[in-house]
This record gives sequence, structure tokens and C-alpha cells, in this order.
Amino acid sequence: MCASSGHPEATTQNLSTSGPSLDGRRSFLGALLGVGSVFVGGLLSVPLIRFALFPLLRRTTELKSSPVGALSEFSPLTEPAMRTIQIEQVDGWRKAISEKAVYVTKDKEGRLRVLTSVCPHLGCTVPWNKEKNQFVCPCHGATFTLDGSRVSGPSQRGMDTLETSVQDGQLLVRFQYFRQLVPNKEIIG
Amino acid sequence: MQSTQEHESNAPALREPGLRGWLNRRTGLDTLLRTALYEPIPGGARLAYVFGSALLFIFISQVITGIFLALYYVPSADHAHTTVAYITKAVTAGSFLRSLHAYGSSSMVIVLLLHLSQTYIYGAYKGRRELLWLSGCLLFALILGMAFTGYLLPWDQRSYFATAVGTNAASEVPLIGESLKRMMRGGTEMGTLTISRFFVAHVFLIPACIFALVASHIFLFRKAGAAGPVNEHPYDPKLKPELFYPRQVLMDLSLTALLIIGLGLLCFFVPIQLGPPANPADAQYVPRPEWYYLPIFQWLKYWHGSASVIGILVIPTVLVVAIIALPFLDRGIERRPWKRPVAMGAYAFVLFVLVGLGLRSQYVDKHDPGVAQQLAKQKTEEGEYMHKPFEPELSSASLAAANAALADPLAAKGKTIFEAQSCNACHGDGGVGTAAAPALVGIAAKFSPEQIAQLVKNPNTKMTAGGMPPIDLPPDDLKALIAYVESLK
Repeated sequence: MCASSGHPEATTQNLSTSGPSLDGRRSFLGALLGVGSVFVGGLLSVPLIRFALFPLLRRTTELKSSPVGALSEFSPLTEPAMRTIQIEQVDGWRKAISEKAVYVTKDKEGRLRVLTSVCPHLGCTVPWNKEKNQFVCPCHGATFTLDGSRVSGPSQRGMDTLETSVQDGQLLVRFQYFRQLVPNKEIIG
Repeated sequence: MQSTQEHESNAPALREPGLRGWLNRRTGLDTLLRTALYEPIPGGARLAYVFGSALLFIFISQVITGIFLALYYVPSADHAHTTVAYITKAVTAGSFLRSLHAYGSSSMVIVLLLHLSQTYIYGAYKGRRELLWLSGCLLFALILGMAFTGYLLPWDQRSYFATAVGTNAASEVPLIGESLKRMMRGGTEMGTLTISRFFVAHVFLIPACIFALVASHIFLFRKAGAAGPVNEHPYDPKLKPELFYPRQVLMDLSLTALLIIGLGLLCFFVPIQLGPPANPADAQYVPRPEWYYLPIFQWLKYWHGSASVIGILVIPTVLVVAIIALPFLDRGIERRPWKRPVAMGAYAFVLFVLVGLGLRSQYVDKHDPGVAQQLAKQKTEEGEYMHKPFEPELSSASLAAANAALADPLAAKGKTIFEAQSCNACHGDGGVGTAAAPALVGIAAKFSPEQIAQLVKNPNTKMTAGGMPPIDLPPDDLKALIAYVESLK
């Protein structure tokens, strides 16, 4: 940008050589303006930074615990009870709700345990077989005991247990998927 | 290395040592800074000249806040409102930034009117400044275009209906009106294509034009030189000049700081509202534009039938042409307002009519009990919506959404069989398919129910190889299962 029309240019040259060499008062003022601008700019950038970092500082994708049923429902448990749970998955400003079957059963000490119905072999849904008193996968015949431990078949581990909690007498479960075809339980999502 | 050093120090003015000197030799930053800051202002710095810089500041602030808002915003009719609600209610500082952007647009219009008034009253458009004035007029139109296109984007009741009225007004233009409206809306009705168009105009097209025009506006301003006070000669300035830096810079920055503080306080204490999502079926809603469009809104009410050509086309066109052509029409060198009665009279008249129309619009609304009541109700609904916590949008792949679509009880029964038989284990929930088996969605288009029944009972070799077992079900259950599979879309 240039002030090249005859008159103003002459004035610029005139003044820039005589007047405004960066003397003490001017450079102090300049520094003051600079510091002030940086300060105000910094102040203004605080909400911008907080806005942009929001997904890093807060959970924006979360898997909520789903209610399975009242604890009292499961006290006289003799065989695994199948329950369909609703899983609410929040992803930023959207959420998805899906349904999954889980089994409420007891471990060897008699404590409640929730198993996913997804077979750790290749992911088929495993039904409870009353006659055999075992879980039997319909796809490749893996079998599991009442508490989900592996008995036979191609699966390399027992059925996967899910994280549970109790709130106001309600059994809650956090549904998760686990890697298939491996001997140890690994969360994949 | 040494020879380079010698070569560089040849020019005596650039012998400055250290980082600053190096940077200057590479960029000419000092020269640039001098050119920018040592602009002579005939007659010295004045508070009246601050509006241009203030406008530039608000524009930059609009660009920055706009970019940040786009981090979460989605321009489509089914997500726009949710994402704006997310910004307003969930994201940290989201309400503040959105308010800054929304109030920023209003303050931009205010400062723009002040800048225009100052230029007009001071006769600063005179003397080799025709193109400067012209680029200013175009910028004015573009800023109003930004305000208009940005207003729709939240897709709440208020913005939806205001834009419906605004685009309808365009259809009143003779001959091309209807095409113009369809062009803006991307069809005959307002919908998701309208959002896309407004978004592209608001975020890409108009800002690009504004950047180019701001650059030319500043260039033309520097080329012509600052006009100075009203007693200065428009072509040949005679008053003792003062440089832009430091006093004018100080004044400009002070006003800017005041603006920042004012806007910041406003956004903090009176954040901008978001109403309930747009409901095109709402026949009760009384749309009202933003304050700066109220005079036009009121003006359009007076023109109907055959006379509308005069009110909607002739008068506005004459006014706009007169404003654009001002520096060509008014060639006199007299700049003192009290010696320019025609120009000042015209200014006062236009201002009076605009303010009068705006106030009239408010008055009419207040004194029509039906309208006043409805407007109050809309305001209450907005307040109530703002107080509700943010509710995430249910994704269309959700089971709840899929279940709602299962109106057929036979298909609903089929769904339980689909799950009980572990079909979902391989074909996925809702038949979306997994690595183990193909999707069943849309299968109705390929196979008849009889063919599907046959394949379920006796899978073909390819299916068997993939692990599909033959399914033996009672006929009623099979029928239900097929009804469900056929319903998957």
C-alpha cells in the first residue's frame, strides 16, 4: 500500500525523516500498545482455546451403563437368565441406542456375574442349552459352563464377563466388545 | 558466509544487527510498518475517524469466531439445530463465542452505519474518491448479505421463519423474482438445500469477496489519502498533517478496546438465545427480522398489487443508484455540511424514514393484541428451550428408531425370532451385516418371500460354505421372520 499521489507522498517523506524516528517516548508508547494488544489478544483467545479443547477435556464419547434389572430378580437364580439391555452410546452431539443380549449368572462363589452373549470365538450369539446345562454356540459348537468358563470347542477362552455396578437396588452393566480368537480378554470398544 | 555478511551490509539503512535486522533484510518489515503507520492525516487525528478501524477489528473477530463455530456446526436441516444447541448448551465457552458472533454482526451493522454517516457528513467521498466510495458501497451490501445468510444457520423457529419471509420478499421483484427466490432456496420450499446454499454463501463466497474488497478499500484509501476535516480541500489538502501513529492509532485502539469490553460484557450477561428447532408446519409463528431489516420489512407491507413495482423496485433502485453514484453526481468541492443543504436534507430524510419505519413496525406489533401475544409466547418458548439441558440427537441407525419403524406386528414378532435364532450374531443387529455374513438390508428388492423361505430352509452351497445353517421353523414363525427380513431397508 502506498501513498503515491503527489501531495501525500511528499508529506510522508517530509515527516518520516524529520519527525517520527523512533525516539524514546514513541517507542515506549509502541511497546505499551504492543503489550496491551498482546494482553487483550491473549485474554480473548482464552474462550477460543477452551472451546476448541472441549472434546479433550470432557468425555464427549461415552458408553453409559445400562440397567439389567432389580437385584432381587436374580437372587433365586438356578440357570443363566437372558436379559436384553439397551445400550446408549453418546458420540458428541448424537447418540445411538442398540440392544444386546446378556446373561445374568453366578460365579463359583455364588456372586452375580454378567456375561456377554457374544461368542469369544467368532462372535455368534451363544444360547443357553437347558438339556446339556451348558452354553452351546450354534455356529462352531464351543461350549461353556454355567459361569461362562470354557469347556470344549474352538474358543480359546471362556465367555467374557462385563463390568457391573449396583445403584438403588438395580444391577447395571457396561456393555463392551472384546477381541475374538485370542486366549485373553481384550477390550475393543 | 563472510562474503554474504559483507554483501548484506552494503545498504547502510539495513545495517541493523541482530534478529530484527535480519528479519528486516529478509522481509522489509520496517518499511511495511512505516508505510502502514506513517499515513499523514490532514488536520490531525480525530475521534470521528475511528470507525473504519473498528469495522476491520469486528470483521476479524467475526472471521475467528466463525471458524471456531464451524468446529461443531453441521449445515444440514436435520443436524444444524442440534449442533448449534450443542455449541450453546454443552461446549465450554460455546454460548459466549456464539453470542460474540451474533452480537458481532449487529455491532458491525451499527459501526458500518456510523462509518458511512461520517464519510457522508464530512463529504469525505469527494475528490478522486469515487472508487473508494464504490468499494465501500459494495462492502455494505456484502455485510448485509453476511447478516442475512448467517441468520438462517441455527435453523430455529426464529431464523427459519425470518428467512422464509426474506426469501419470499425476493420473489416480489418483477420478472426474475420467482427464479431469484428458487435460486436462494435451492427449490420452491425452504429445506436442507437452503441451508447448504446459505452456508456456502456465508462461509466461502461472501467472505472471499469481502477480503478482496477490504484490501481494495484500504488500498484506494491510501492512494487517495485521508480526507481530513470538513474545511479541508478534497483534492489538495492544505492543513498541517499529523501521522496516523501514534495519536490516531491510540484513538482507534481505544474505541476497539471499548467495543471488546462492551461486547464481552453483553455476551457474558445476556447471551444470545436459541429457540426450539424450526417447525415448518407451525402456522401460528409470527416471523420478525433482525432489527436492521425492520425498516425494509415494514416498507414492503405498504406495497401491494400494481403499485408494488414502484415500492419494491423503482424507489429502492433509485435510492441505491443515487447512493452508489453519489461521488459522480456531487462534484462540488464544498465539504462543510452546513453549506450542503441538499445532501444533508437527503441524509436526514432517508434516516428519518428508516428510523420511522423501524419504530412503526415495533409500534404496530405492540398494538396488535394477537401479534403482541404471539410474539410474547414465542419469546417464552425460546426461554424455556434455553433452560432445557442438551439432548443428543438419536442417530438414524439406532434401534429405537428402527423399532419405531416396525409398525407391522408380524415383522415385530419376526425380529424376536431373528434375535432368538442368533441370526443377528452373523448378519448383525437389524441385518446390517458383519464380517461373518452379508447384510440383509434391502433383500426384499432382490428376492421374493418364497425365494427367501426356500433359502432359509435349504441354504445354497455358497451360503453353507459361509457357515449358514438350515433353519427349521414352524410355518408361522418363518412367515414372521421373512416379514421382518423384508422390512429391513
